[in-house]
Amino acid sequence: MIKQEPDNGQPTPDTVSLTIRAWRQARGEDHGHFEVYEVGNVPVDASFLEMLDILNEDLVSRGRDPIAFESDCREGICGTCGIVVDGLPHGPGHCTTCQLQIRDFEDGATITIEPFATGAFPVIKDLMVDRSALDRIIQAGGYVTVHSGPKPDPNSIPIEHDVVEDALDASACIGCGACVAACPNGSSSLFTSAKIGHLGLLPQGQPEREDRVRKMVEAMDEEGFGSCRNYAECQASCPKEISIKYIGRMNADYIKATISGGDRRGDMHAT
Amino acid sequence: MVELNSKIPDGPIEDKWHSHLEHARLVGPRNRPTYDVIVVGTGLAGASAASSLAAQGYNVHVFIYHDTPRRAHSIAAQGGINACKNYREDGDSTYRLFYDTQKGGDFRSREANVYRLAQTSTQIIDQCVAQGVPFAREYGGMLANRSFGGVLVERTFYCRGQTGQQLLLGAYQALQKEIELGKVKMYTRSEMLDLVMVDGRARGIVYRDMVDGSIKSIAGEAVVLATGGYGAVYFNSTNAINSNGTAIWRAHKRGAAFANPSFVQIHPTCIPVSGDHQSKLTLMSESLRNDGRVWVPRTPKDTRNPADIPEEERYYYLEERYPTFGNLVPRDVASRAAKVVCDDGLGVGSTGYSVYMDFRDAIESKGRDTIAEKYGNLFDMYSEITGESPYDQPFRIYPAVHYCMGGLWVDYNLQTTIPGLYAIGEANFSDHGANRLGASSLMQCLADGYFILPQTIGDGLQPLYRDKVDTTHPAFARTEAEVRDRIQRVMSIKGDSTPLSIHKRLGKVIWNNCGMSRNAEDLASALDQVDQLKKEFWENVNIPGTDGDVNQTLERALRLVDFLEIGELMCRDALMRDESCGCHFREDHVADDGEVQRNDEDFSHVAAWEWTGEDSVSERHEEQLSYEVMQPATRSYK
Repeated sequence: MIKQEPDNGQPTPDTVSLTIRAWRQARGEDHGHFEVYEVGNVPVDASFLEMLDILNEDLVSRGRDPIAFESDCREGICGTCGIVVDGLPHGPGHCTTCQLQIRDFEDGATITIEPFATGAFPVIKDLMVDRSALDRIIQAGGYVTVHSGPKPDPNSIPIEHDVVEDALDASACIGCGACVAACPNGSSSLFTSAKIGHLGLLPQGQPEREDRVRKMVEAMDEEGFGSCRNYAECQASCPKEISIKYIGRMNADYIKATISGGDRRGDMHAT
Repeated sequence: MVELNSKIPDGPIEDKWHSHLEHARLVGPRNRPTYDVIVVGTGLAGASAASSLAAQGYNVHVFIYHDTPRRAHSIAAQGGINACKNYREDGDSTYRLFYDTQKGGDFRSREANVYRLAQTSTQIIDQCVAQGVPFAREYGGMLANRSFGGVLVERTFYCRGQTGQQLLLGAYQALQKEIELGKVKMYTRSEMLDLVMVDGRARGIVYRDMVDGSIKSIAGEAVVLATGGYGAVYFNSTNAINSNGTAIWRAHKRGAAFANPSFVQIHPTCIPVSGDHQSKLTLMSESLRNDGRVWVPRTPKDTRNPADIPEEERYYYLEERYPTFGNLVPRDVASRAAKVVCDDGLGVGSTGYSVYMDFRDAIESKGRDTIAEKYGNLFDMYSEITGESPYDQPFRIYPAVHYCMGGLWVDYNLQTTIPGLYAIGEANFSDHGANRLGASSLMQCLADGYFILPQTIGDGLQPLYRDKVDTTHPAFARTEAEVRDRIQRVMSIKGDSTPLSIHKRLGKVIWNNCGMSRNAEDLASALDQVDQLKKEFWENVNIPGTDGDVNQTLERALRLVDFLEIGELMCRDALMRDESCGCHFREDHVADDGEVQRNDEDFSHVAAWEWTGEDSVSERHEEQLSYEVMQPATRSYK
């Protein structure tokens, strides 16, 4: 039995050389600046972030501070990564930064990388930003209030196939914040409306529907996100192709909620 | 010396869980707010446990190294979640799910735990639907199902190829609600680096603020570890970049027994390794094997376009070798079969280490649209990464490290050998024996988090009423000092090796010697090689920057310190388990038909390792497994 696969049995892959203009900012309160790095021998079948790994490994091996950037699953689903590549959030690939491939870039290209910085996403270091404002929007009402415990059988409430698929299109949002970074106004309307759309489409989301939209829309404003002016840059930059139709839904729900007299349940939250 | 008391309740298996609950000590709703519970990790297990405990009234403190709880790697689970609803009337039942899981795990898990998991499974679906999880529905509005490996029923519920994401968002949203209500305090970008022990009990944790580098601690009456598996010890795996074993390993070094560390699942359908630059391996969901047919050319080094290879020259090796289960054999069996055909020279691709998974026939019979609705996002993901479309040519796949069946030893209450320390989800060892079935991880995580831990934790907490410890206790300052000292040691070495290069080499040693095929000689040599890497780390690693700031190189190095020790224990465990079972394939224990050969007489036990100090070899203890309901049999999928 052959014990071990060849580490590098394949022919040496083609490589490219790139020039990286990277945003460097040691701390949130510091002034940032661009620095230029040459990175050679990048295999064409590497991913974009693997190219940054190669660059960082070179920096670390020379005792220099690597470029701080975030990523986790590297499968396009966790939403951790997010770099503005050549002016586009997540770059030119209609995917998350981690799914961007080196073969999509020309040999010898100069690539500019910047953080997803907007007013509501302060820089922590280099390409890392604080996106916790998005969590606080969800905290305002992006849930169905249920405790853990016995529940009715799900088939006792049939849901149309297409309705569930529509809800899933909305809840496919990964919370990366590209929509905010792409918006000239720094609006988080696509993010917020996706959650409102997901829960508002399903029967389980109905009891809190009006309360939810009111609170979440107000939370967006409190966090300092801009307002929506229908630029639709959010939809163009969304790696999960979430449609701006949910923003329309959210606005309709919001109007309905604010003219219907608000929350009449009183303070039901036990302490 | 650790004591392994599994605390399995008496009585017939179907009554154990309910009678256990009836006799458990409870903490009343008015007293719950006086207890502080620390939860580490917010994947399916952590988020569901934290939100459930908070809703009951406990004060919950949740720690993650991510920027938000929604990033946890449960999010990447694709195919589905099992539950024995028997909606299809195809013979499913609690017993059937128990049977499949126990057989799938090659009879190396605890019957009582597995049965409880099967009993709880149906509640999970009810709970998640009530939260608004959009499971796939049929046109009549009823929930849809599909099938996974190692079973003959359709019991898997799914949301396209992103089931983990949708379930995690359900748990995340429940958690966000409790944060808003003030019952959960969330600590993001805060990595647990040690466990604080007071008088033999877990009483808190020490953590590092990853933004300013400060070392802090927090006290509580219970600590719950929901930190996932340690598969990233192999470097290349389907785990996330930051997945690590530090929390459970630090708990182990404080006295928690570590069970079956060598039981690691190698998932058969992943995008193959393409070069040394690769930072992670991407899984392609097992659900694809519902419609995809796995094959290799019958002729070695056949470089023709796969579409041009005629039917009679294709070797559908799973269908031929396992006619009953075909392409849906369990993961360990499918992975090994792929390795065997590639070792025999039949593999495809430039390395010869991949096989085809072909949708040509499914697209022909069911239509492209049906296949796209079922698997569209998986097909897209594959095209993005490889530049090839699975609609036009077969996937190329190869096995990759995916999941740890091993983990912290826990009793029936999910408590480790340290009182007050609990482990849930992948971080514990409890339910999957030597091999986990597909779509069972999500089930176990949510069973632990929503339904089991919230009902068992009270039993351990109740006696502690008004027996509180806070961080002024000297144990906290002492443990913090040890952590600071560890960081200073790592920062001050200033050699020439990078943590990444050592991690990659560690991964190769473990993959080549403690992967899909193992033998005593290689394992012994792996122990020496790991020892060398440890020396290299402590003599020659280099961390630029300071520890008082964001320092991702330092984060990696601290995790690597623990991976080096975990890797050593894995090899030691694999060496001592002188039998084959499930994922643990020892070349010296092979049946005549090439399948694994168990040794029930000597190894019907859980191996639980006790840490005995830096300079001594860990001690192996055994928890004997009793088979009251189902006698171990040869596991056949033919």
